[in-house]
Amino acid sequence: MTAAATIRIQQADFDIAQEIAALTKGRSDVGAVVTFSGICRGSENGEPIAALTLEHYPGMAEAEIKRHTDEAMSRWPLTGLTVVHRVGRITPGENIVLVLAASAHRQAAFQAAEFLMDYLKANAPFWKREESAKGTSWIEARGHDDDAAARWTKS
Amino acid sequence: MRVKYFAWVRERIGISEEMVEPPAAVRTVDDLIGWLSKRGETYAYAFEKPRVIRAAIDHTHVKPDAMIAGAREIAFFPPMTGG
Repeated sequence: MTAAATIRIQQADFDIAQEIAALTKGRSDVGAVVTFSGICRGSENGEPIAALTLEHYPGMAEAEIKRHTDEAMSRWPLTGLTVVHRVGRITPGENIVLVLAASAHRQAAFQAAEFLMDYLKANAPFWKREESAKGTSWIEARGHDDDAAARWTKS
Repeated sequence: MRVKYFAWVRERIGISEEMVEPPAAVRTVDDLIGWLSKRGETYAYAFEKPRVIRAAIDHTHVKPDAMIAGAREIAFFPPMTGG
């Protein structure tokens, strides 16, 4: 059985319960939904921040996420996948990103959700700029995000 | 071809996209970075550390040695920090 992934890039917040319901409502083959939500922290490297502003590459961001959801669908027996990534100005405590992976059993759902987040961090064309008392600056990429993505590469 | 810039690459150059027609000798992404860098101080500043810059051709990540022939859109940006 093939399931279609839902991919959205939006300024507005998302409702996690509503997104989960969209994957489970009216069906009895889903035994597990793993939810990852990324939330804006109030500090970066120990310095308080006022907000993050997320920029993305329209067109490529959707295409890149779809390449990864397609791969997740081919690697694990999933009944559904949802990726919602917010852009624009986001303040501490607000949601940034949501990944939902649904499957008959938990293992596939856990693995697919982790795989997607690791790949999104390293490969999806989004950039964060932070606002703090010192002004605004672009957040630097971390090497360990590339390492986290690389561990899923099939040898 | 259309060239797009994102995040601090865009800020340093001062524009988000432009149409360019590099000469035939500019064959790879790396060549294009070198050619663009000579267009002015803002470009030289954006591309001062070419190894840090990531590139995509027609919405797909590519390496610096990728050929640019036939590309409709090439984008340059810093390492990604989404998620």
